[in-house]
Amino acid sequence: MTAPTPFEVSQATRTSRVAGVIAIAAVAVLAAAPLWAGRADMRLLSEIFTYLALASLWNLLAGFTGLVSVGQQAFVGFGGYMLFAIATFGGIHPLATVPIAGVLGAAVAVPVGILIFRLSGAYFAIGTWVVAEVFRLVFAQISTLGGGSGSSLPVAVVRSIASGRDLREWFTYWCALVLVIGVLALVYGLLSTRRGLALTAIRDSEVASESLGIDIWRTKFLVYIVSGGATAMIGALIFLQKLRISPDAAFSVNDWTAYVIFITVIGGIGTIEGPIIGTIVFFMLRETLADLGSIYLLILGLVAILIMLKSPRGLWGFVVERFGIELFPVRRRVQVGALQGEGKAPREPG
Amino acid sequence: MAAGGRLMAILELSQVMKRYGALIVADQIDLELAQGEALGIIGPNGAGKTTLFNLIAGTVRVDAGAVSFAGRDITYLRAAERCRIGISRSFQIPHPFGGMTVFENVLVGATYGAGKGERASYGRVMEILELTALTGKANALAGALTLLERKRLEMARALATSPRLLLLDEIAGGLTEPECRELVEAVRQIRSTGVSIIWIEHIVHALIAVVDRLAVIDFGRKIADGDPRQVIESPEVREIYMGIEADA
Repeated sequence: MTAPTPFEVSQATRTSRVAGVIAIAAVAVLAAAPLWAGRADMRLLSEIFTYLALASLWNLLAGFTGLVSVGQQAFVGFGGYMLFAIATFGGIHPLATVPIAGVLGAAVAVPVGILIFRLSGAYFAIGTWVVAEVFRLVFAQISTLGGGSGSSLPVAVVRSIASGRDLREWFTYWCALVLVIGVLALVYGLLSTRRGLALTAIRDSEVASESLGIDIWRTKFLVYIVSGGATAMIGALIFLQKLRISPDAAFSVNDWTAYVIFITVIGGIGTIEGPIIGTIVFFMLRETLADLGSIYLLILGLVAILIMLKSPRGLWGFVVERFGIELFPVRRRVQVGALQGEGKAPREPG
Repeated sequence: MAAGGRLMAILELSQVMKRYGALIVADQIDLELAQGEALGIIGPNGAGKTTLFNLIAGTVRVDAGAVSFAGRDITYLRAAERCRIGISRSFQIPHPFGGMTVFENVLVGATYGAGKGERASYGRVMEILELTALTGKANALAGALTLLERKRLEMARALATSPRLLLLDEIAGGLTEPECRELVEAVRQIRSTGVSIIWIEHIVHALIAVVDRLAVIDFGRKIADGDPRQVIESPEVREIYMGIEADA
């Protein structure tokens, strides 16, 4: 009846191509930070990178698979302790222990996931928190790792990272940069391919996803393990920079989950761009207002409430609604002969 | 009464039971569908029609009884697995993936339901969009569609999974007369490709234009099953549907 209409499917848009070029330039500038930034600036940048990575991973969990975890500090702390244990007692180069901590984090996520996936919704959230507390208590019992008061990375191990202090700081800085790029690439890679279709579908309707052949449990479980492993890597790096670890710092719900949720929610949950915007806003607020002490925290709370009321899909959700911009194009656009494509004249393929 | 000449049954429900507390929503239902057959289901609101679909598609599991598909016992198979072996459904209340485009919505069915690669599915998706008159909306977000378009999207997604059995739940409600005729034509076309169909619908004349057989459900029980015209004119059905005439 109808001859097959010629069509094209593409994901990239003009904005996204421009954004891609800008991103590459930004990475080059950031990689060269030792040339133009001081030690304090580079520390701040590292911290920004780690928060962006943590927020992107939390967003992958909560924003796409609906797994609202308030216990990701379990993996941050676990990764940190693995670094201390392996570098101190295993004699492995501290930077090499970061990926090892990731693998171990993913491995420990399997039994934890099997256990807490029996819970759903609010119960799941509380379950993750309980698991994180259990982790904290367990590590506080291990006296070789400093018990409840924690321990510092031995001087010999710190020296083995690099010869000078500057070089050591550069290495950890680059490691943070590589990790955040890796995490963003992972999230984008997951979402822009076939698996991303399933994740976005699950985000939008679980009942329909299931009746269209998507194995929801398996998809969520996979994401949980991947994000657990990546979070553990970030945790290892965080404590490689701090050079000191204690159970309270390693498994802090405020530092590794509450701020991360704040970043994701104000930036825009369920979008790749959201955590990026959120991280920028969070650090701008912190750098300008942190001296105010508890008033700073009150302001953070107010900002969160205001954004949730005025723009429930976060700042990026507001931008998308208003301008229809997409920096990380995951959407597939079809160009058909008779189709109007975003106000432009349709291009006839062939 | 059932399809003449013993064709292989694509679907068989035997003594299927489902209850929610004291409410029995499926009461010892026996139902058989032959390969390639089209069955219509009617019944008052709340009679248990959609529940029956939930039980067939695996969204809800039976309390007792058995469900088999193409000779295989699927009573304990989950919905996603049932979809992959060829049972597909549309929802009465549309469940679009609101943040995805129409094209992507259908692509989900084609990749996960039919088990094909993404690029290999593009052609099929475009064909289905054409059939369901959604080509012009391919890049629109599904969340921005009208109710009518959402219903068409339900059918498009279900079709994309390459089903052997298609369950259609009230897809004609709210359509104008010409739209309804178009829909009937589309369903006929799907049928002609060998897909077996069960169609729940209140618009009886649309149903009768397509189906070979008609079953009536009331209070979770199957009270009639057979030739559409005979079923419509049987006294039990007339009692339930007082005033509704078979006006095809």
